[in-house]
Amino acid sequence: MPERNMSLQKTPMPTQPAEVRNHNFEEVTLGYTWKMAASEAKRCLDCKNHPCVNACPVGIDIPGFIQRVANEDMDGAYEVLNRSTALPAICGRVCPQETQCEGMCVRKAKGDSVGIGRLERFVADWHREHSDVQPQPSVPNGHKVAVIGAGPSGLTCAGDLAKIGYKVTVFEALHVAGGVLVYGIPEFRLPKDIVRKEIDGLKTLGVEIQTDVVIGRTLTVDELFEMGYEAVFIGSGAGLPRFMSIPGESLKGVYSANEYLTRINLMKAYLPGSRTPIQRSHAVAVVGGGNVAMDAARCAKRLGAERVYIVYRRGMEELPARLEEIEHAQEEGVIFRTLVNPAAVLGDEKGWVTSIKCVEMGLGEPDASGRRRPIEIEGSEFTLDVDTVIMAIGTQPNPLIHRTTEGLDTDRHGCIITNGEDGLTSRPHVYAGGDTVTGAATVILAMGAGKHAASAIHKEIMGSEG
Amino acid sequence: MPPRETNRVGICLDPTKAVRCDIIRWIAVTKGITSMFEVLEKQALNPTVVRMTISAPLIARKAEPGQFVILRAKADSERIPLTIADFDRATGSITLIFQVMGAGTIEINSLEAGERLQDLVGPLGKATDTMGLKKVCVVGGGVGCAIALPIAKKLHEQGAVVHSVVGFRTRELVILEEEFRSISDEFKLMTDDGSYGEKGLVTTALESLINAGNQYDEVIAIGPLIMMKFVSLTTKKYGVKTIVSMNPIMIDGTGMCGGCRLTVGGETKFACVDGPDFDGHLVDFDEALRRGEMYREFEQHERETACNLFAKEAR
Repeated sequence: MPERNMSLQKTPMPTQPAEVRNHNFEEVTLGYTWKMAASEAKRCLDCKNHPCVNACPVGIDIPGFIQRVANEDMDGAYEVLNRSTALPAICGRVCPQETQCEGMCVRKAKGDSVGIGRLERFVADWHREHSDVQPQPSVPNGHKVAVIGAGPSGLTCAGDLAKIGYKVTVFEALHVAGGVLVYGIPEFRLPKDIVRKEIDGLKTLGVEIQTDVVIGRTLTVDELFEMGYEAVFIGSGAGLPRFMSIPGESLKGVYSANEYLTRINLMKAYLPGSRTPIQRSHAVAVVGGGNVAMDAARCAKRLGAERVYIVYRRGMEELPARLEEIEHAQEEGVIFRTLVNPAAVLGDEKGWVTSIKCVEMGLGEPDASGRRRPIEIEGSEFTLDVDTVIMAIGTQPNPLIHRTTEGLDTDRHGCIITNGEDGLTSRPHVYAGGDTVTGAATVILAMGAGKHAASAIHKEIMGSEG
Repeated sequence: MPPRETNRVGICLDPTKAVRCDIIRWIAVTKGITSMFEVLEKQALNPTVVRMTISAPLIARKAEPGQFVILRAKADSERIPLTIADFDRATGSITLIFQVMGAGTIEINSLEAGERLQDLVGPLGKATDTMGLKKVCVVGGGVGCAIALPIAKKLHEQGAVVHSVVGFRTRELVILEEEFRSISDEFKLMTDDGSYGEKGLVTTALESLINAGNQYDEVIAIGPLIMMKFVSLTTKKYGVKTIVSMNPIMIDGTGMCGGCRLTVGGETKFACVDGPDFDGHLVDFDEALRRGEMYREFEQHERETACNLFAKEAR
């Protein structure tokens, strides 16, 4: 048993200095060294009830992998992670650990939680860079499953089924697999090389990925069954951007966060010499307070904007983004204008954005979400001079699949209705999970849903084989 | 019809249902859905407009007039939306007709028969609704005629009376004249400079047809925004329902980026999933015209770079 590390603080994460990184797209956090990881792992008490595991949407044996890191058995640690997650290098980077595993850590009673996310990332990175232990394809069990959407939920579902012998085909509408991991989350937070390698790992397991196929257009769910797939998992995400319906949203210089981030990430506008058009802004207002808003704001800064505002109608405490993203954005010089709501986007005679008219908000009684309801303060209007406005106020599920699939029930927000944890929809043999069921949420929740659906699909197919 | 016989997982076992075999055959033939997109034929229709036939069995199988595809010529190309000009379900090919004008279309045009496109996805958007139409005037402007033709053809095949009005800047830009003639009950060709057909705008010809007593169920106009705007203004005077096909800036074509949004009847619509066809009397054309200019400077620069690059290669 290695000696425990009783430091109250998490081993600090090496990070690019803020004034350097806000001019480049390289990864902000550099990752632990072997020594740092081993030392941080020794902060885990391996406590009896392991509340962290219960708080993990994919149920990783957290103390199990951390103890192996403490013993400097990195291959063993990877093996433990690999049992529960197909994408550890990604989860370690983008999970909101403070509200999940780390939020429940007993070390939080006094001091910081164990840096679970950072350790997960270290193990995955170390494995990718140093280990030649490759995942082995399983013996085929003769059954075929189709997965719609190569994002976090679909890839997890595909990986889990492939591991137990299913022939899985993933259909992806874009020209590259990864979903929000490639079009949404920027390079400096999640290098695309890592996403590609984790997906390559799935391919090694035997998962087949068909890009450029839009289910609902190129093929329908019914045709997938006719092609011999025995079950279909829908993980098509929540891609349809919302706008505010305020005047001026069609001016030139108003983007949905999806468009802005897609141009930068998927279409590589961040690379010098890229041919993807993107506005080179001087001053930007990003409307919204989630991770997507932080990503857009930090991208704008990196593309050279002198002033970048986050405009959010509730207070700092209510910002839904991951804590680390908020801190990083602040360090990088993003200006937070909280308790502020946009009223209109104003433009010049040629239709270009010149400013955004806002109104200050006060907080009233708690609303249905339990958060205090923002109320406009009369006469508090003011304008921010900006040439770009990015709307990051959420997305809805894309209607293409349910419009073209008979008998697939959705709620009034367009989310596919499932029977709960299994992800079974109103159509037999059709499962769904991730943002297309929950509306915009997190990568890890989508992965959890993909995982549960995979096990339900397995149970159904094996059950009927009887 | 007897109930469809299926096995436990809903696979159709009825041999008369050919869908399954078709798909499987295509996948077998092409060894995967996406490892195809081979350019089968390429032909210049006029100095700047090219017709390209591409192998795309899955898209050809579903395509209907009015729908579009998104394509990328090379691994680092932009995603470009182009409306499907024709399709052949038997041979599994689609035809695109496009004007070589931006960096993206220059790259597509650099591919020769036998080469493959990097990506091709579709068919996207809603098909043009021709149901129940008995008499229609189809108006095409410039390269927009390439998209208007399959719609006119479909109307003709379903037995509707088709009047076609096509307009071009000048004689050397005229395309698809014979194709339009062969399916039109009345055909008018206009040029801005009078070098061919009649001199004048498509709106002049359309208005004279309406004034001659033609009662159209619908006018379908496809061409430059400014043409569709004036066609819509013209028909509004006469209360003739008008459908226009919008082709705004877009990235994914599946409703994700919101770049293609338009104001239609005061509501925000996405051309890629709600369109591309809209009621011309409700579209805010001035806004669409402004939005279309968003990347003009950028595109100009890119076009020059691409042209220089190709000029260099040619040397």
